[in-house]
Amino acid sequence: MSAGPAPELMSADLRVKVWRGAEQGGFASYDVPRRDGQTVLDVVTYIQRHLDPSLSYRFACRVGMCGSCAMTVNGVARWTCRTSVAKVAADGRLEIAPLANLPVIKDLATDMGEFFDKWAQAKGQFKGKHSRHEDFARVEPDSQERVAANAGIECIGCGTCYASCDVVAWRPDFLGPAALNRAWTLVNDVRDTQRVERLRAVAGDAGCHVCHTQGSCTERCPKQIEPTAGIAGLKRLAAKAAIKGEL
Amino acid sequence: MTSAITQAKLWYWQRASALVMALCVVGHLAIIIYAVRGGLSAAEVLGRTRGNWPLGGFYAVFLLACAVHVPIGLATIAAEWLGWRGRSADVAASLFGGLIAVMGLRAVWGLMA
Repeated sequence: MSAGPAPELMSADLRVKVWRGAEQGGFASYDVPRRDGQTVLDVVTYIQRHLDPSLSYRFACRVGMCGSCAMTVNGVARWTCRTSVAKVAADGRLEIAPLANLPVIKDLATDMGEFFDKWAQAKGQFKGKHSRHEDFARVEPDSQERVAANAGIECIGCGTCYASCDVVAWRPDFLGPAALNRAWTLVNDVRDTQRVERLRAVAGDAGCHVCHTQGSCTERCPKQIEPTAGIAGLKRLAAKAAIKGEL
Repeated sequence: MTSAITQAKLWYWQRASALVMALCVVGHLAIIIYAVRGGLSAAEVLGRTRGNWPLGGFYAVFLLACAVHVPIGLATIAAEWLGWRGRSADVAASLFGGLIAVMGLRAVWGLMA
């Protein structure tokens, strides 16, 4: 009889520090066995299932589609389901904390309420003028607006950019990169009817104008979206609208 | 939130002044390279600048661009680093911009006249 596949367990344990508590709390340490192909989400799941069932965290799809498992891993906001332990814990240590810039409900679960409220404040809803009884709008795939909107529409609202943004940390009322990216995709949607209202909502000192163009959102976005570019675009459009007296 | 129009206007004033300053820095570097060949004592410098109105105009433009650019940035820094926002911060930043303009133009005048 063959010996079967090589054992998955690798030799050294991972030393994992995990945030426990809410706004007040501290890190607890756990030893987790290392495995081939292990993700950070696997580590958190192992802790909850084998070491401490009271650990709270959030996940759904496990394959980088839902955007619910983002956490701060060794100081950097990441999707834990798509982050390989081998990539971030070369020395066998992991520190896992909830996303920054959001209230902590418990342990690794944050309250995303204000994050999504800001999408609504930035007029993140599409409002067209045609009903379903009319023909489809025809949008040229190569048009400047369509290309700009395409670059931003794959956002799944994971909050990685928001947690990585220093300006959100300095100004908690800042709408943040995700809400502004959403607004940017909509001002480039030629079917939408709320362009001026949206520019009014995203301009100002809680909107696009306080972005420092540091680019942390762009660097950290797991979908390779560039909110920084969209925010710069919103600034240009707001300036043009202000010159025309539309704002 | 202060008005969206104000922020949008401040943004393009800051961008426009930055563009002017970027060009002026290039001009300033060229002037330095040219000027060091004629000596850098006070008498030599004044000998080149006195009555040189194009040079005075160039530095006056440079200064005014700074006087526009700096207070906008200072108001932002005051808000983010010190939590100082609102009218008092805006007035203080504007006064600082005015101070740069007055002191700078006085210095340019000193080199020209």
